[in-house]
Amino acid sequence: MKTFGNAIEFLFDNLGLIGNKTLEHIWLSGAAVGVAMAIAIPLGVWLGHLHRGSFLAINVSNVGRALPSLAVISIGLGVLGVGFLNVMVALVILAAPVILTNAYVAVDQVDEDAVRAAKAMGMRPLQVLRKVELPLALPLIFAGLRTAAVYVVATAPLAALAGGGGLGDIIVNQPTYGPEGVVAGSIAIAALAFATEGVFALLQYVVTPRPLRRRGKEPLLEPTIGTAAA
Amino acid sequence: MTFVIAQAPVIPKFEHASECIRQNKQFCTGWFVDNFDHVFVPRLVEHIKLTAIAVGIGFAIAFTAALVAHSRGWFETPFAVFSAFLYTIPSLAFFQLLVPITGLTVTSAEIALVSYTLLILFRNTLTGLREVPEDARTAARAMGLTKGQILRRVELPLALPAIMAGIRIATVTTISLATVAAFIGVGGLGQPIFNAIQSGFKTQFVAAGLLAVALALVADALLVLLQRQLAPWMRARRA
Repeated sequence: MKTFGNAIEFLFDNLGLIGNKTLEHIWLSGAAVGVAMAIAIPLGVWLGHLHRGSFLAINVSNVGRALPSLAVISIGLGVLGVGFLNVMVALVILAAPVILTNAYVAVDQVDEDAVRAAKAMGMRPLQVLRKVELPLALPLIFAGLRTAAVYVVATAPLAALAGGGGLGDIIVNQPTYGPEGVVAGSIAIAALAFATEGVFALLQYVVTPRPLRRRGKEPLLEPTIGTAAA
Repeated sequence: MTFVIAQAPVIPKFEHASECIRQNKQFCTGWFVDNFDHVFVPRLVEHIKLTAIAVGIGFAIAFTAALVAHSRGWFETPFAVFSAFLYTIPSLAFFQLLVPITGLTVTSAEIALVSYTLLILFRNTLTGLREVPEDARTAARAMGLTKGQILRRVELPLALPAIMAGIRIATVTTISLATVAAFIGVGGLGQPIFNAIQSGFKTQFVAAGLLAVALALVADALLVLLQRQLAPWMRARRA
């Protein structure tokens, strides 16, 4: 308990440090989620639009979830060396599968009647995708982003071991910052993870087409848990 | 007369360091094969032990808690909040914070690892029990089964797929977190990774990483097979 009190003190005494490391953390996580998004969303949406590759699209997230994060970072260290790039690549590998699966399922499961109606109205395939499938799929796509983002924020502390920076730097350097630093770093990471969850939940709400909001029930693939332990 | 001492060399054969090792290439297959038995096998065994103990104890706790919450609803929220709180602690921090209390021991590692399994196992078991169709329960009661019998013969078998799914996620999560546990020196496949962070030896990074990934994927696949064996009706439904 005394450590906890000291940790709160540490947080306030070192606002500059915490702020800097938080920004690094956000920058690293944001870059990873951004790259993962750029790869996984188009691929998932396209496969879902064609209703093809369900085996790949669905099982990739099972495999992705099974990957031990430190092991992926370690392989990255061996192949790419220490630093930001390596850590980012590892985080992309961890984040992309969830995003891909959600994007696939989202588009694949769009009400067939709506798609048929759109076709009957003379829409071309790309128009169907843009005007019907994507709007209806957005909530679930964002659910995937939310899971991935929280997972990345929670996994990024391991990045500190590989020279990636972020709040993990404080946790790893107990000799420098002491146990109160470790606790303070943890509090900051947990807070950041909750904030990420909140921001993405809000985004998800905003992108949900208005008539679908009232149903209240989000078509979540799996319940997101506060922070994914990592 | 010469004696052949059949024993693994304690010190790796430094004098034969190959070109590959000297240049620290990304993966030296020769070194990996030569050192597999005494560098990686013990770590692999430690890793499996760490994981099995954590999932075993975690399951015992979470399963009991889920049974209690199933019969007494008020217990759900406090246990869920408690386990969710544990789940939000970053693992690197959790392991370190236990060191002053339980030392650089396997106990410290297990306390953290067990803590991380609770939320998933508790949630899945409880959801599985709750989603048993009311009709099945009513039918069982009409047949004269007691509460305990309903639990054992109707509810638990029907909840099995959900419980197994939880065990599967908990196992791969624990395999992942057990690599981090090496940060406090308790062995496992994380140990060669942390050693490599000190030495910069690339082959060790890649080898330990690949072994941990392989272990997770194999464990995941085995649990899927087990799940199919235990709940054959799920297979029939899907077909």
